[in-house]
Amino acid sequence: MTVMEQRGAYRPTPPPAWQPRTDPAPLLPDAEPHRVLGTEAAAKADPELLRRLYAELVKGRRYNAQATALTKQGRLAVYPSSTGQEACEVAAALVLEERDWLFPSYRDTLAVVARGVDPVEALTLLRGDWHTGYDPYEHRVAPLSTPLATQLPHAVGLAHAARLKGDDVVALAMVGDGGTSEGDFHEALNFAAVWQAPVVFLVQNNGFAISVPLAKQTAAPSLAHKAVGYGMPGRLVDGNDAAAVHEVLTDAVRHARSGGGPVLVEAITYRVEAHTNADDATRYRGDAEVETWKQHDPIQLLERELTARGLLDEDGIAAARQDAETMAASLRERMNQDPALDPMDLFAHVYAEPTPQLREQQAQLRAELEAEAESEGTQR
Amino acid sequence: MTTVAVKPATMAQALTRALRDAMADDPSVHVMGEDVGTLGGVFRITDGLAKEFGEDRCTDTPLAEAGILGTAVGMAMYGLRPVVEMQFDAFAYPAFEQLVSHVSRMRNRTRGKMPLPVTIRIPYGGGIGGVEHHSDSSEAYYMATPGLHVVTPATVADAYGLLRAAIASDDPVVFLEPKRLYWSKDSWNPEEPAPVEPIGRAVVRRQGRSATLITYGPSVPVCLEAAEAARAEGWDLEVVDLRSLVPFDDETVAASVRRTGRAVVVHESGGFGGPGGEIAARVTERCFHYLEAPVLRVAGFDIPYPPPMLERHHLPGVDRILDAVGRLQWEAEG
Repeated sequence: MTVMEQRGAYRPTPPPAWQPRTDPAPLLPDAEPHRVLGTEAAAKADPELLRRLYAELVKGRRYNAQATALTKQGRLAVYPSSTGQEACEVAAALVLEERDWLFPSYRDTLAVVARGVDPVEALTLLRGDWHTGYDPYEHRVAPLSTPLATQLPHAVGLAHAARLKGDDVVALAMVGDGGTSEGDFHEALNFAAVWQAPVVFLVQNNGFAISVPLAKQTAAPSLAHKAVGYGMPGRLVDGNDAAAVHEVLTDAVRHARSGGGPVLVEAITYRVEAHTNADDATRYRGDAEVETWKQHDPIQLLERELTARGLLDEDGIAAARQDAETMAASLRERMNQDPALDPMDLFAHVYAEPTPQLREQQAQLRAELEAEAESEGTQR
Repeated sequence: MTTVAVKPATMAQALTRALRDAMADDPSVHVMGEDVGTLGGVFRITDGLAKEFGEDRCTDTPLAEAGILGTAVGMAMYGLRPVVEMQFDAFAYPAFEQLVSHVSRMRNRTRGKMPLPVTIRIPYGGGIGGVEHHSDSSEAYYMATPGLHVVTPATVADAYGLLRAAIASDDPVVFLEPKRLYWSKDSWNPEEPAPVEPIGRAVVRRQGRSATLITYGPSVPVCLEAAEAARAEGWDLEVVDLRSLVPFDDETVAASVRRTGRAVVVHESGGFGGPGGEIAARVTERCFHYLEAPVLRVAGFDIPYPPPMLERHHLPGVDRILDAVGRLQWEAEG
């Protein structure tokens, strides 16, 4: 049976015969977001995994702080921080196999780095010396997508193509709560469900689309409920509970990989920082609200669990922080070097071969650069 | 020497054959769009492909153009060579963001690591009595987007050759099919299909000495008809079929205008901000000292595409073209 024949086949339906095409009950998200830390389920969690998550979260928090600092030093043009959302960012990268693909949005450089991409290459877009700084095929990470939700159909197409070729590949696509209002979100989920493509959609509901709260974004019972309309399961998870996010995403990836089709996961989290360093969050939310969320911090939740169970002590905490500092120092040092720029690169990859028109413009720029170099030489 | 009977074929048949041959030659070629499978497309261009290659290779998608092109991007990322069909010119607009923000830029964005060999077939133009949203000439939007090739055939043989070239291209190609020429016939031997035409070369369809008509797609036959009619006025008109709007063949166009000294650009698309302005500027920049008169444009009016019962007043026709030729300052020669 071909991939397409596995879709619902055309069946003539005489007038009175109507029945739901899918039973909606198993697709519905649970009433409460899934939680592991601080619950009985935590005892069953793999200690090694929890320790790994903890180390990555601490490093992720430090990475966000360092990247934000680099904007103040003029080394990054802009940085949309994922502080407070590290559990989602890290888990999204960790649940994937090497052959799988990650489709990040612009706020997800931490997930990109956690997947193995060089942080300097991950930040190239935000430094501004090129658009995508990494080779997407090296770690199977699609370019960071700035137009919201437009990367979601790409994930569907890639997962579908892999399935057509008989490859066991899952695509995990990341989007925010604001992005779920975009048409591409709808189209991607619909295509994925119709094609039964092995895609996991991870919505990080961090409360705000820049300044606009979720209440102005949607009237859906939850974003996870949107899945039901497409005929795929929707799952709700506490996005600050790293163990829960890891578990729900692992299940979703397994579901997709085993031919079960796509899954929509809504992770409830909070954008602790402003939208970017250029944003002023005090214009649209109060400090008290931010403080409440800081009490539900992903690192603290995990640290509490690990220390309570004797899996982490002061030395362990210090070691994790030291690792993070080492990473930050290296990132700082490398980002403090000016990137090598070659203006002639502008014409290098517009087409496989430059058009005659681009060759003319290329020659013009080359002449300008030569004249510039000559006049600088004269002045010296 | 055996002579193969050369039968008249339609442009639609040539396009179907091009898709079929491309799919047979390269298993990574996938056709997708609305109604392209079981039905064979509303213009029947994909007729028989689902049957021959299966639904995995020729796929009826959900009705969502951004989704069609967006998923095609992902398929191309994974090494496939998607050929998407947009059902009509004006139905392609929902896919515009995917086209501009991703399809056109992915190669550049990734420093050449992630080229997207996607062909976007779009039936375009008027003259078929279509109701609103079925007759747009949207080429100017695509021309203004760096990173895309924009190609449009005017003959049966070119329909085959250019579509094969578009599918073989490692760059994204917007392939505009002049829908009113779908049923035009030409002597074409499907057993020996025309060679794959390189993208970016214009061709002189008719040689002449008096003036050059620069045109493409659906306006090519109109210009050829005008050139025949012009003989009665004593004008011997040259007709250049651009075939490719991006890249633009400055060489062929400028060589023709330098020979004739006069030029009129003809297209259905509106004149203001339309392709003709760019073409006239390019010709003037290259041929200023050869020109006997300003380059003129015969274009659609700058109005929303009219209802079918009025479209004949909008479309550039023989008379309007001859009027423009008559305004090329011939009195100076007398």
